[in-house]
Amino acid sequence: MKKWMEHVKSSLWAQASLYTLFVLATSLSVYLMDKSAIAFLLLLASLLLLYYTSFPVKLKWAAAGLLLVIVIPFATSGGPSHESYMEVATQCGIYIAMALGLNIVVGFAGLLDLGFVAFFAIGAYTYAIFATPQANNFISGHLFPVSGSTFWLFIFIGGFIAALFGILLGLPVLRVKGDYLAIVTLGFGEIIRIIFNNLEKPVNITNGAMGLSSIKPPDLFGMDFIFPHQIYFIVLAILLLVLFGVRRLEHSRLGRSWKAIRDNEIAAQAMGVPLTLTKLSAFAVGASFSGMMGVVFAAKQTYVDPTSFTLLESITILAMVILGGMGSVPGVILGASLVTLLNIQVLTDVTQWLNELTAQGVINVPSALSPAKMQRFIFGAILVLIAVFRPYGLIASRNRKEDVEKLKERRSSAAISVNSTNGPSGGVTP
Amino acid sequence: MVSSILHSLPQVLVDGLTLGAVYAVVALGYTMVYGILELINFAHGEIFMTGAYVGTAVLFGFHALGWFEGAGWIAYMLILAAAMLFTGLLGVGIERVAYRPLRKAPKLISLISAIGVSFLLQDFVRFIAELRTGNYIVTGITLYNDNHKIATSSVSGVFGDAFLKTNTIIVFIVAVLMMVGLDMFSKRSKWGVAMRAVAQDRETASLMSINVNKVIALTFFIGSALGGATGVLFAQQYATIDPFIGYILGLKAFTAAVLGGIGNIRGAMFGGLLIGLLEMFAAANLGLITHGNFGAEYKDVFTFLILILVLIFKPQGLLGKAVKEKV
Repeated sequence: MKKWMEHVKSSLWAQASLYTLFVLATSLSVYLMDKSAIAFLLLLASLLLLYYTSFPVKLKWAAAGLLLVIVIPFATSGGPSHESYMEVATQCGIYIAMALGLNIVVGFAGLLDLGFVAFFAIGAYTYAIFATPQANNFISGHLFPVSGSTFWLFIFIGGFIAALFGILLGLPVLRVKGDYLAIVTLGFGEIIRIIFNNLEKPVNITNGAMGLSSIKPPDLFGMDFIFPHQIYFIVLAILLLVLFGVRRLEHSRLGRSWKAIRDNEIAAQAMGVPLTLTKLSAFAVGASFSGMMGVVFAAKQTYVDPTSFTLLESITILAMVILGGMGSVPGVILGASLVTLLNIQVLTDVTQWLNELTAQGVINVPSALSPAKMQRFIFGAILVLIAVFRPYGLIASRNRKEDVEKLKERRSSAAISVNSTNGPSGGVTP
Repeated sequence: MVSSILHSLPQVLVDGLTLGAVYAVVALGYTMVYGILELINFAHGEIFMTGAYVGTAVLFGFHALGWFEGAGWIAYMLILAAAMLFTGLLGVGIERVAYRPLRKAPKLISLISAIGVSFLLQDFVRFIAELRTGNYIVTGITLYNDNHKIATSSVSGVFGDAFLKTNTIIVFIVAVLMMVGLDMFSKRSKWGVAMRAVAQDRETASLMSINVNKVIALTFFIGSALGGATGVLFAQQYATIDPFIGYILGLKAFTAAVLGGIGNIRGAMFGGLLIGLLEMFAAANLGLITHGNFGAEYKDVFTFLILILVLIFKPQGLLGKAVKEKV
């Protein structure tokens, strides 16, 4: 057995064939069975498995793309619960993007933000106000609701406005250190929620606690995106954009500045990292991811109200980042998926199962203990347990290994090129 | 407009001072822990809430057994003591389990642990309350609920009358007693001196043969007991409690602590009273001043704005001293 395992570890072909077998088996069972959350979860787990295989990186990306674009949508389309599977996958995507945004603020830059859901709310309301007749209340001319085809533009507008608010929040907060920052952002999250909850007078902008309903769905060349299996592809596309951005930013000059500030603010400042600009950019970038997903959320639900944006949501996103590992992109993706699946698939399924058992009289679980109500308990427990026992999360972040030879080569070639342009007497090189 | 603000002023003062006294005592818990560990004890608001529930539960117990029917003050003292003991031990337990292992870890990690504890406590209390009564919003028995009128209108015609319950006076007296007691304790007693020494410099204090762990545990006990006692006062004053009262009240009490200068015990008292007065003033008059456009529902926004403004312009607080950062 051990020998066999080692063989699998060393041979790519063995891994590939086993992996294909796993994907085939799980997707077939999802396709053939009417409703099997376990098969669906296993199918999603194949993405995690992919992370641990030793395929070349490009192949991993290609396989992940294949799974997400073709295999998962197709495998789930077999039964009547197609939409509910796709709903779960869509929610996962939305939360992954938000967790990646929070990861920039908390994980990379080390600024604890407890009001992160405010940016999500700003994005959602940006689309909701203009894609319903609501905007006619304060802009004359009966131009609204805008048509669903502007949704694509609104993704960027939502991201931009959220980023703007991120900077607005960041500006005063920058004078505040670490733990004060947590409190101020907590207050900011509450302020935004209270304002959205009450901004129905003097001018009715948000329609207060009633919320905004019948928001226009996105529309591409006359096709409406209404069902989760359609929204899924929008989320996937944005997620790809976000992921690409995060990967590029992480090792860029800005990304390294974030990490430097996180590890030691004073030392970073002494090394010439501009504190204000770097912190503000962390806030802005993180907020923009959240704002974009807010727009998608509003379009998906076709209904927004202030109760979707409570402190519990902020803490949920924080729990995702902490569980996965602060600053680790694969970790955060895993953390966000686990928490979301737990939240909307596992907890509801277990609750339903317990209710059935109670109805049959096998056991008696009082409704106070029903798992669907225990979110706070579970997220609180995740936060404490991870903080005490595994502060670096499930997949700890690693700094990229620098190839010393390559760096030297690059350096010498750069030096030569500078010398050749400046001529032999060019002593000072930048 | 001015006349109606003046008319409601006596009532605003009474309510504001009562609320402010509650904030002040809760703020003490934040400020003590922050002074000694440089950690915002997020769970402190939930300790306050637990205190409110313990007090109410014990009072329900007394009522069911028919004890102290005639002597309400004994019941009052006993529920205060029970809540203080329970929450004090709870605070020590939380410190031992969730904060002590992280004392050398980055601050962010202990802060996250604190947030986790606060959520755990909220839900724990929620399901115990829901299990026992079927609803987590509990309306308790209130002692000393009779109303008094202060005839401020007889002083000058511009003022209206103010009303208060006997319990309001009790809240105020108990809060003041606790604050004075804590002030005396930290200034006069040997343990108080040790506490201030640890807050100033933990390592040097430990070299002076102060048992740092014991002092920190004691700080948590006292801070949490004060928070729990305030919870009982709150439950008696406002009758209805739910497991989520601690979070927003804790946030405001923290604002009070920052306003007064964090780590400063007298500052926290002053800040608490000020925030209570400002909040009540905003709740009563915000709608009036803005001609009904922004009503009392914005009073929390008002409090948070104060917090943000204080942090921007005077981060050391009104009574605190500015500290230079050491490299």
